[in-house]
Amino acid sequence: MAQKLLMAGNEAAGEGAICAGCDAYFGYPITPQNEFPAYMARRMPELGRVFIQAESELAAISMVYGASAAGKRAMTSSSSPGISLKQEGISYLAASQLPAVIANVQRGGPGLGNIGPSQGDYWQATRGGGHGDYRSIVLAPASVQEMFDLTARAFDLADRYRMCVIILADAYLGQMMEPMVIPDDPFPPPPPKPWALTGCEGRLPNTVKSLFLGDGELERHNYQLFETYRRVEREETRWASVAVEDADVVFVAYGFCARICREVVVLGRSRGQRLGLIRPITVWPFPKRPILEAASHAIGFLVVEMSMGQMVEDVRLALEGRSQVALLGRPAFVPEAGEVYDCAMALLEKNGSGCRVPGAGPQGRHRTRNPQPGTRNPEPGTR
Amino acid sequence: MKILYERPEALQPCLTHYCAGCGHGIVHRLIAEAIDELGIQGRAVGAAPVGCAVLAHQYLKVDMCEPAHGRTAAVVAAIKRVRPECVVFSYQGDGDLAAIGMAETVHAANRAEPITVFFVNNAVYGMTGGQMAPTTLLGQHTTTTPLGREAGYHGHPIRVCELLATLDGPAYLERVALSSPARIRQAQRAVRKAFITQIEHNGYSLVEFLSPCPTYWHMAPTEAIRFVEEQMTRVFPLGVFRDWEGPRPEPQT
Repeated sequence: MAQKLLMAGNEAAGEGAICAGCDAYFGYPITPQNEFPAYMARRMPELGRVFIQAESELAAISMVYGASAAGKRAMTSSSSPGISLKQEGISYLAASQLPAVIANVQRGGPGLGNIGPSQGDYWQATRGGGHGDYRSIVLAPASVQEMFDLTARAFDLADRYRMCVIILADAYLGQMMEPMVIPDDPFPPPPPKPWALTGCEGRLPNTVKSLFLGDGELERHNYQLFETYRRVEREETRWASVAVEDADVVFVAYGFCARICREVVVLGRSRGQRLGLIRPITVWPFPKRPILEAASHAIGFLVVEMSMGQMVEDVRLALEGRSQVALLGRPAFVPEAGEVYDCAMALLEKNGSGCRVPGAGPQGRHRTRNPQPGTRNPEPGTR
Repeated sequence: MKILYERPEALQPCLTHYCAGCGHGIVHRLIAEAIDELGIQGRAVGAAPVGCAVLAHQYLKVDMCEPAHGRTAAVVAAIKRVRPECVVFSYQGDGDLAAIGMAETVHAANRAEPITVFFVNNAVYGMTGGQMAPTTLLGQHTTTTPLGREAGYHGHPIRVCELLATLDGPAYLERVALSSPARIRQAQRAVRKAFITQIEHNGYSLVEFLSPCPTYWHMAPTEAIRFVEEQMTRVFPLGVFRDWEGPRPEPQT
């Protein structure tokens, strides 16, 4: 029978990796993901698998490179400043077409920032992040259950496409505890890896490399990488929708912010306001199609994210000017349901007033802490 | 008929890109010979990172990868952890091992990772065109020490074997030179022993080769060999710095 547990997000992601057959975990301490390596330090040796506390994030991601090159399922986890250090290795992994899973339990930035939740690494994750022309698959969990599910699934995706898969979480998702279920169904086993470094007994030697010096060789290599990326865009784009079909205002939010937006959708609907939510589960590839489709009936889109506006650019790119896009961006704090609701109402009232950041100052935050939604226009604006 | 000399099976029959008088070709051959002799070609996995030997995977007929600059020890340690049945080695230059990768080098040694490290010390960055290495000798001219390396300004040459010998992790550390047939025969024994340290004793081993770089020392090959013998060995004494077989012998010049 499926096992129901109360777990913290960081541990759930670790258990997801273990259930998916992660052979090796390499970590380095950084808050707010320290439960992750601590969990793996206990569990991996129990199962006869590999755990190393590396000397740095650079070493940890390079250990992932080694283990993956040797044909094993490998992962690392960190938080924003540490993920910056890992970008070197991610670029090499991408170039060498090595599968790898990297969890980023985001904290506030830039620099040391703070240790609270943030979504400030969206650009870094979805645009490649390291040097060169490449992509990583980026999964955005919104619950402890998804910390487990998506981390487990990441190994399958990484192996199938020979790509890096990034779990883009945040401090809240990493630290909070929720009930979750470990399913009974077995996870898919890794595919054969004839390219792996296992010793060349009975075959020609294999080489795992990222240097392509021959005439036209690098360009061919990059074309090949992008063929894979196009395939991922076609086959692996995932999102969840809540009440989008007739929505006047469509929230677009991922991760923790999506939970708040879902709450606001329910609140709004109970008051007769047609609110809806599109929650990207893959932020790369980005779910452009459902957003574009919603533009046929929506008055406007409200992007809610814990940054000064990063995913909002993808929403605008998806819409290509077909609808109003407003932003509620809090760089280093979780937007509250009240301010999300206020912002949606403002969008309705003004029929799309463009970008505003009501939570940017202490005054704004205070003003929206206890909204009185009943006093506002109960009817959404007309189209 | 007696075969006196042939190409080792683990060495690809191809031309290399190395400069005339460079030591890399000798080290490649020594490694290939040891792989043949120990019969480990089918389970050897190597890593040659950025540096002059980045194309070593074209010359050594074993599974190989190409780690990022400096991350080599971390990469090979992980390969060995997940494939303990393989014989895993790295082939690193002085920039990779002792500058950008010093943290990885020291920590892999300190964790006593059962890997074999071949460290080619030619006191200069070759691939990028002759810059100062951490092992560049005092007074040595490079593109980034145009007036010669000066201790007070550029720091001192780093002695890797001595540094690692302060750790409890390593099982075998030896410095050899490629400056004469006798020295090369000693290097051959060191390479073999380094592999055996991993295979039979599950220990960390490192062999440092003092190696000529005529191109960026701006010397004729014969002059470069003399420089190894007369100058480098003074700063980098040859000898065994750690040996699982017995107490540490005194380094000898």
